[in-house]
Amino acid sequence: MSVKPNHSYDTLIVGGGLVGAAVACGIAATGARVAVLDGSDRDFRASRGNFGLVWVQGKGANFPAYARLSGVAARQWSDFSAELHDATGIDVGLQQTGGYDFCLTEDEWQQREWEMRQVALHTGGEFEYQMLDAAELRQRIPEVSDEVLGASYSAADGHVNPLYLLRALHQRMHDLGVDYAPGQAVQSSRRHHDEYVVSARQQDYRAAKLVFCAGLSNQRLCRDLDMHIPVQPLRGQLLITDRVPAFLPAATLQVRQTREGTLQIGDSHEDVGLDESTTLDVITRLAQRAVKIFPHLAPVRVNRAWGALRVMTPDGVPIYHQSAEHPGAYAISCHSGVTLAALHAREVANWIYAGADDPLIAPFSAERFNV
Amino acid sequence: MKAAYQLLVIGAGPAGMAAAQTAARQGVEVAVIDEQPHPGGQIYRNVNASPLADIELLGKDYVFGRQLVQGFEHAHIDYFANSGVWYLDRSGDLGIVQDGVHRRTSAQRIVVACGAQERPMPFPGWDKAGVMTAGAAQILMKSAAMVPSEAPVLAGNGPLLLLLAWQYLRAGVRLRAIVDTAKSANRWPALRYFPQAIAASDYLFKGLKLVSAIRRARVPWFRQAEDLRALGEKRLSALHFTCRGKPQHIDTPLLLLHQGVIPALQIAAAAGCETRWNSLQQCWQPQVDDWGQSSVDSIFVAGDAAAIGGARAAWLGGQLAGLQLAHQLGLIDAVKRDKLAQPIRKARARHLAIRPFLDTWYRVAESSLVPRDETLACRCEEVSVGELRTLAAMGCTGPNQAKAFTRCGMGPCQGRFCGSTVEQIFASETAASPQQIGRFNTRPPLKPVTLGQIAGIAHNEQR
Amino acid sequence: MFKLLDDTGDLVVIQLDGADAKVPAGVSVAAALLYLDRIPTRHSVVNGAPRAPFCMMGVCFECLIEVDGVVDQRACQLQVRAGMRLRLQLSSRDSVP
Repeated sequence: MSVKPNHSYDTLIVGGGLVGAAVACGIAATGARVAVLDGSDRDFRASRGNFGLVWVQGKGANFPAYARLSGVAARQWSDFSAELHDATGIDVGLQQTGGYDFCLTEDEWQQREWEMRQVALHTGGEFEYQMLDAAELRQRIPEVSDEVLGASYSAADGHVNPLYLLRALHQRMHDLGVDYAPGQAVQSSRRHHDEYVVSARQQDYRAAKLVFCAGLSNQRLCRDLDMHIPVQPLRGQLLITDRVPAFLPAATLQVRQTREGTLQIGDSHEDVGLDESTTLDVITRLAQRAVKIFPHLAPVRVNRAWGALRVMTPDGVPIYHQSAEHPGAYAISCHSGVTLAALHAREVANWIYAGADDPLIAPFSAERFNV
Repeated sequence: MKAAYQLLVIGAGPAGMAAAQTAARQGVEVAVIDEQPHPGGQIYRNVNASPLADIELLGKDYVFGRQLVQGFEHAHIDYFANSGVWYLDRSGDLGIVQDGVHRRTSAQRIVVACGAQERPMPFPGWDKAGVMTAGAAQILMKSAAMVPSEAPVLAGNGPLLLLLAWQYLRAGVRLRAIVDTAKSANRWPALRYFPQAIAASDYLFKGLKLVSAIRRARVPWFRQAEDLRALGEKRLSALHFTCRGKPQHIDTPLLLLHQGVIPALQIAAAAGCETRWNSLQQCWQPQVDDWGQSSVDSIFVAGDAAAIGGARAAWLGGQLAGLQLAHQLGLIDAVKRDKLAQPIRKARARHLAIRPFLDTWYRVAESSLVPRDETLACRCEEVSVGELRTLAAMGCTGPNQAKAFTRCGMGPCQGRFCGSTVEQIFASETAASPQQIGRFNTRPPLKPVTLGQIAGIAHNEQR
Repeated sequence: MFKLLDDTGDLVVIQLDGADAKVPAGVSVAAALLYLDRIPTRHSVVNGAPRAPFCMMGVCFECLIEVDGVVDQRACQLQVRAGMRLRLQLSSRDSVP
């Protein structure tokens, strides 16, 4: 676990969340010497506030390459989950039996149908979906109330336990010999000849390649190496309930049932800056919506409510950026660290390790914001 | 319940009652929200509604509470019993479940006076049916007039354990044994605080009285006990421990534990009040000024919820909060406030003078704070100390990451009985102080509340 | 496990797991269970471990019991009432397959 102060690493990754840990596993599996610098226990961590969905429906309605990328990522999940289980013994609880997004108004229905058609178009029909009316929906999920007009459904969707995923990735990093250093917030970084030097809380670290996966801190940190990575916080509040007898056959965007039986209810989209606190208004709205969709949940106890800050790029689409001026410096920002996890551990890790272009990843450069 | 108040006091123990009455006397519009059916908190529970034939049985300190509760009841302050605060944030928004119905309210100022809880005392088998806390035993006496049917074993360290023993003896309950985990190594360091403690000599004499009564009753008293282990299949059958190195085994169906009390932080922490680790008292406290105002301007914390000081200090501390609140709400000027506060501060200082001595004498040994691997750290989610220790050794960032990885702290008790253990494991594995390690993030709901209650839908639900 | 200091007070009849039981009036449900020595009162939903009331003040959640058809009520926070129907939670519930 101890980081060697005088050694130079092949790759240094800033950020030990779902993105940084997955990339670290992918690169370390090649035998490269990797170090990961992580923040502190109470820092903003989108990874610990993630809803846990493996979700493609609706993604990239306005960005064809993203629609395709999400599909590629989702299709690898089953294999990735088995690989992680074999390697670490940790079951991340993948259930990929499809996903529902409920429509409570006619407007929602229209908008959703449009989005689904767009994504199907962008993926050349690879993305398949169904728009289910109330009767069809209630055949699949009998507990859905009369208030629900219907839902969009995609068989490619699913969910995992995002916390166990993070744990499994950390275990894998440990087993692959990644030097993991928590509590090492990065202050600055610079290029020194053909090496990168990062100044963290306790000491400096050196590496041939440097990858920023530091969530909301990416914008500030990447400036040191002339990378413009625009990210903004977007708060989402969630509720978790006590355990409930199993009733949901698949994930839904509004409510999902975990392996343990607890229900996760979300979520909001609030532009409030760096504020993770909860509000009674939103908690009330989430509870009202949950019992509106599933009236039988009224007697279920809420276990905890919290807010987490999503890492949002201006178009909501991931950034996979390679510095033009500083070869070997990379930045990754996204809000779908779960859906894209397999991709991060495989294609993205390879893109960084091999230093070659990948047409799957090329459209996501931060250059697209410099117009 | 109104939609808005000038001042809401959470808790009706000595601190809460004092804060409410003091503020009300100066003209503040105040209401008290109490989880219990009667005022008195835990320390004076049922003192004015006792099922006991004679409350003198429980001692003078308990009886003293009766006049406080009677005074509170006669002051006719808006008092909501059977009401649990499940939500509080820094904007002053509150969510309350009152007799099974969710009500939303708000206040300009809030006093959090929800007292203390027992410090968790984990060891192998502490989760077995038949193991309870000394506080639970006192609640059974105070609220149900019930005592053990067979001679129980008392185990742990602290004045409350001795008080319980004394009360049981007065009630005619035989004690199987006292298994005392206090370390004699604490005695010399405690003497440093002895001169200061003389100012509160009444506490010292009380303590001596308890000890000599227990000795006179010839209760088997095992000192320097270590390595506690509770045994039994479906329920507790015996306690195993070592006493000055020698293994001991006591058959018993009932074991009562106590290892000190710590502030009940949940409400203040969830509302965003900053906390700090008190290494003398070995617990987290909200950061408050000398009136009890926290780092959140609208929130005051008074009594044991702010710092463990006992019932009398809580009563006086609540008055100080009440005075400052009356001043901040424009009802008295600073001169009047300070004049009224002066004798209260003096009396409070006298009661607090005993604390450093007691805190050191009864300091909990590290081995009692960080138990063996096979011990359950998290009772709700069945997470062992060993699993947490492995994570800490692997470089896990801290208690919140450990919680994410294991579910420790995610059960119904929301970390009340495992948080301190997790912090101590990390502190011990990384040679850091609990202040550096940090604590679990505290989230609402702070009391049980259902989706239907929050949504405002009536359904079949008890409190 | 626990007895009344003075047994001249009133008793009420409640139902515990379908059978009538006489318990002291005005005490908490948890106190009544201890009076009847009916422990363990619950099996953990995580792994079935036997549990019983622990703190008696509503913060440990060990004393969860079904009251009049509603599960997971804290027994220490409810007073006994004549005719109350109690069921111990001794079997764990289903979770997601």
